[in-house]
Amino acid sequence: MDLGQIQAYAYFFFTAFLVIVLYAYIFHLYRAQKKGTRDYEKYGNLALDDEVSTKPLEKIEESEETPKK
Amino acid sequence: MGNQNPLAYDYTVAKLFLFTTVLFGIIGMTVGVLIAFQMAFPELNYLFGEYATFSRLRPIHTNGVAFGFTVSGIFASWYYVGQRVLKVSMAESKFLMTVGKLHFAVYVLTILLAVVTLFMGITTSKEYSELEWPLDLLVVVFWVLWGVSIFGLIGIRRERTLYISIWYYIAAFLAVAMLFLFNNMAVPTAIVSGHGDWFHSVSWYAGTNDALVQWWFGHNAVAFVFTTPIVAMIYYFLPKESGQAVYSYKLSLLSFWGLMFVYLWAGGHHLIYSTVPDWMQTMGSVFSVVLILPSWGSAINMLLTMKGEWQQLQTNPLIKFMVLGSTFYMLSTLEGPIQAIKSVNALAHFTDWIPGHVHDGTLGWVGFMVIAAMYHMTPRLFKKELYSKSLMETQFWLQTTGIVLYFSSMWIAGITQGMMWRATDEFGNLSYSFIDTVVVLHPYYTIRAIGGLLYLVGIFIWAYNLYKTIKVGRDLSDKEINVNASPMSAN
Ligand code: HEM
Repeated sequence: MDLGQIQAYAYFFFTAFLVIVLYAYIFHLYRAQKKGTRDYEKYGNLALDDEVSTKPLEKIEESEETPKK
Repeated sequence: MGNQNPLAYDYTVAKLFLFTTVLFGIIGMTVGVLIAFQMAFPELNYLFGEYATFSRLRPIHTNGVAFGFTVSGIFASWYYVGQRVLKVSMAESKFLMTVGKLHFAVYVLTILLAVVTLFMGITTSKEYSELEWPLDLLVVVFWVLWGVSIFGLIGIRRERTLYISIWYYIAAFLAVAMLFLFNNMAVPTAIVSGHGDWFHSVSWYAGTNDALVQWWFGHNAVAFVFTTPIVAMIYYFLPKESGQAVYSYKLSLLSFWGLMFVYLWAGGHHLIYSTVPDWMQTMGSVFSVVLILPSWGSAINMLLTMKGEWQQLQTNPLIKFMVLGSTFYMLSTLEGPIQAIKSVNALAHFTDWIPGHVHDGTLGWVGFMVIAAMYHMTPRLFKKELYSKSLMETQFWLQTTGIVLYFSSMWIAGITQGMMWRATDEFGNLSYSFIDTVVVLHPYYTIRAIGGLLYLVGIFIWAYNLYKTIKVGRDLSDKEINVNASPMSAN
């Protein structure tokens, strides 16, 4: 096999690999939503409910918070 | 914290960048209209000696609108959206406040020096990277400051999840940092060899390598200055203004990763039939076509966000700007892949079809989105009602007409030009000389300049409307501001 052929094979398999990763990600997103492990769609509300005085959707616990000045 | 006042978002830095967005928008687009008229009427080149020639002014136009108007708009929106979706105020951190102000100061200094040096004719002659190395160093400084501001604000956030817009801002920050550094690698000649002016430099790259790095940079500058941060803006401002959560959050995540992976490989389409290796050109073409998917993923997500609420398109001019903006995004991300096909590119390259494509994207998508974002922010920044809804409507229609005149004339001009260049008679001789094409194209250049002028008039209306809002707009109470649709006066 010359270099060009190796490149061509590598290119093909890399592309196939990326396609699989992409579909796996779509599958993961939809399964997590369906099984209820994670509701992605609720994050859409982050743009709508964005007053500083309202409750965060998922609050960072005080202990995790970096100390503020 | 320790103050008695209830916590409120602090928009000091957002306001500063709002002013520069308008200022550089006016400067950059005025110069743009002038050079458009110069193309139609060359005598206009001789207004102010060397300073008003097309070659001096073109980089001022491109740098002014891209790094002045657009980047200011991105920064302004960051200092607004960032706080809101992370639910943390800049007033909570003296450090971040200082970084923000410093960010602004270094940025303005850089852009002003850029205008001056470009007028003087000091340039690296690399397209979209014309600034010489001392200014490049300043760019690095304000870019790093922006990064500190992004990650600093994220570090003190209350909201655990980063809203999708934040992802896009982060991507813009990281990618531009990398692109900018590599493309601007240069050797200052005076320091190294003692020759030339102290500010003069030569690129690290030469010949084909230079072209490759240049267009890897150039295309991704489109991706990470004109696309990613603008997508960040529309993902916040359209849902907020319309009161509709984004249609599919999952689709927004998917398009994000799609865009990140695909964009980086598409730059080869700027170098088709050049000296770069053939496989790179093919790869550039293929990835450009694939790029339709993630681009339309975002755009369709935006249009579907309006599902069931299309009446807002009639009643709210800001929704008009944003919906037409995402439509123009769809247009340019369909047109781009078509131009990236080798046989089409053979016709399109070097012709006026390319600036036609560019301005669908920049005027229709980037410009409209920045305009809408600043309109949305102003009432919240200054607690004033927007001065005039009817002026917004006028602006919208003037600018839309301007864009249509711009791209339709450039499509016709570009394709005519491409066909004339390649036309041969039965013996294989070229049928036309260069000047023949110039004569044929003259009317289209005039139409383009008029289109640009209409858009510029719209920019002045926008500036006037914002100015009046701040000066004489009706004062709003907090309750009137904490709404979705921007408060605007009907007159
Ligand atoms: C799927 C997305 C896109 C693809 C595949 C694409 C493809 C292309 C192609 C093939 C060219 C012409 C290269 C040549 O022959 O000279 C081009 C030029 C250009 N495009 Fe796009 N485009 C896309 C989206 C956009 C968008 C959204 C914008 C702006 C907001 C934009 C701005 C530009 C600019 C500024 C140039 C001119 C570069 C130069 O100075 O030569 N493009 N694009």
